[in-house]
Amino acid sequence: MSILVNKETRVIVQGFTGSQATLHSEQAIDYGTNIVGGVTPGKGGQVHLGRPVFDTMEEAKKAVNPNAALIFVPAPFCKDSILEAAESGIELIICITEGVPTLDMLDVKKRVDELGITLIGPNCPGVITPGEAKLGIMPASIHMPGKVGIISRSGTLTYEAVKQTTDLGLGQSTCVGIGGDPIPGSSFIDILKLFQKDPQTEVIVMVGEIGGTAEEDAAEYIQNNITKPVISYIAGQTAPEGKRMGHAGAIIAGGKGTAADKITKLQECGVHIADNLVEIGSKVAEVLSKT
Amino acid sequence: MNLHEYQGKALFAEYNLPVSKGVVIFEPEEALKACRDIGGTKWVVKAQVHAGGRGKAGGVKLVDTPDDAIDFARSWLGKKLVTYQTDTNGQLVNSILVEECTDIDQELYLSAVIDRDSQRIVFIGSSEGGVNIEEVAENTPDKIIYESIDPLCGAQPFQARKIAKILNLNNTQTRQFVPMLQNLTKLFIEKDLALLEINPLVITSGGNLHCLDAKVSIDSNAIYRQPEIAEMHDSSQEDPREAEAARNDLSYVSLDGNIGCMVNGAGLAMGTMDTIKYYGGNPANFLDVGGTATQERVSKAFKIILDDPEVKVVLVNIFGGIVRCDLIAEGVIAAIEEVGVNIPVVVRLEGNNADLGSQILSQAGVKIESINNLADAAKKSVELAK
Repeated sequence: MSILVNKETRVIVQGFTGSQATLHSEQAIDYGTNIVGGVTPGKGGQVHLGRPVFDTMEEAKKAVNPNAALIFVPAPFCKDSILEAAESGIELIICITEGVPTLDMLDVKKRVDELGITLIGPNCPGVITPGEAKLGIMPASIHMPGKVGIISRSGTLTYEAVKQTTDLGLGQSTCVGIGGDPIPGSSFIDILKLFQKDPQTEVIVMVGEIGGTAEEDAAEYIQNNITKPVISYIAGQTAPEGKRMGHAGAIIAGGKGTAADKITKLQECGVHIADNLVEIGSKVAEVLSKT
Repeated sequence: MNLHEYQGKALFAEYNLPVSKGVVIFEPEEALKACRDIGGTKWVVKAQVHAGGRGKAGGVKLVDTPDDAIDFARSWLGKKLVTYQTDTNGQLVNSILVEECTDIDQELYLSAVIDRDSQRIVFIGSSEGGVNIEEVAENTPDKIIYESIDPLCGAQPFQARKIAKILNLNNTQTRQFVPMLQNLTKLFIEKDLALLEINPLVITSGGNLHCLDAKVSIDSNAIYRQPEIAEMHDSSQEDPREAEAARNDLSYVSLDGNIGCMVNGAGLAMGTMDTIKYYGGNPANFLDVGGTATQERVSKAFKIILDDPEVKVVLVNIFGGIVRCDLIAEGVIAAIEEVGVNIPVVVRLEGNNADLGSQILSQAGVKIESINNLADAAKKSVELAK
């Protein structure tokens, strides 16, 4: 078992013929990911990486019946692509692209929520279930199948947590990069729910960072709903308070959002804290040895 | 991206929001014409910087004669204004807004932001304007209203009436406030704002609503579709190294320490700073070289880091996901040769082809400490910086 993606996931790549999409689709196919085709408007009928290309998601849905969309289109076109995927009846959308305007995401998030579709990202490394499927830009080689479920707001920090758990022989069930944007498609809580239900996941690593209150919200959820041990690392403990313009951002965050606040809240809610980035793996091993 | 008050007010005017008659000047002598064009016998002169708290810092003044306006402009133009919202160096004043004087009866507060929790645009209003609103939020939360706007329906009149109750507006002012809230929402959406704040929003002695200040910030992801606003960018309001980094698509923030950091990914960059601190060192900067750390970008990053005279050692921490570490190693060597780095450089490579990368670094002619373990690399940097 795993969450979100596995060997059976039928993946359609939006923006398939672009250079980034091509590079990462090739690697995904090598990894064994079941990419069934791609969509690039105006290039329908072509064959790319041995897979059919369609003009629209609707055509792709009819022809190759994908159940997950992986999006690499440039930021100005992401709103359109996510909504197109959502309306086509797909269950899971993973958007890798960074730089999507926040107001676009307000509309997109409202619509995917209405349709009950899971959106991961944008501005994220994607999702990988080691040994089964890779829908994203993460380096395959550092992963190994195992028992740690990883959720993170940051790409390269996720890799750090992955590498450390692989080096200790623990491996990962699924790794999910939810992305660092203000309005992410999925929150920590959305993914925590899935890991709680997944029998393969024995322990959860949650990598957070300063800003917003996603970690604080997750902490409360963990206390009330998650029975598996959770280890967290929060990046930005030494980051200075940014130069600010006005007060509105500070009031809306209610004074929360610093690393210290997040760590205190997480500890209060029974989450294990890795004080140092290089100790995420060893903290996981330590917690597992006590359970 | 932040706008100056005069730029924000120009946008307000475009959306039929009540702002004072004003003229922006860049030379002291222009104050005379500005005062004459505006008319009247009293003017407010305001130093334009990207920070709040200007009044308390002496950056805003009421003047009775054009000569006083000229004197004020002379005393501030080209100088730096330090407020409680700036760093200790302050922000450069390169323009002054001269405005007609407004007689104030009451000061209110109004702002709008994108709220991450509700995933909506949220208006924040309070009857307690002109003061430190964060204290009001802390001490008297019932004096503040948060009203969220549905992205598809937009701002409705009933929402304006709800906010008007908390602002203690009378019926006439409430009728003025309804289109005001709708126009502000329209402005927020059409111009891709991240934040707008009117502090204070005032009731004039004539009983009318009036926007006395304007803080406007644009979503940097959306600048590509706001060409007119992109033109308003004032790079003098940024740290010069931060501005130079931004021009090269690098994300850089200057800090107080002496260990220069070059990292790929914002999260890992913060994590690397934390690790340095954990082992007793002090990072000199935050620098994210991005997902594709090419030789050109690495060179630029080295130049920006080394421009800080405090830097005693550079720690390069790259987790090769998309990029191959052997290519990064070659990039680092070429960059060091090109830039002429003569302080110690510690490089930690991990991920894609990391072993080959380390091998290339160890065989290079330049002096590089290649350490694959992040903890050891951080410790070594701290030691070298002492």
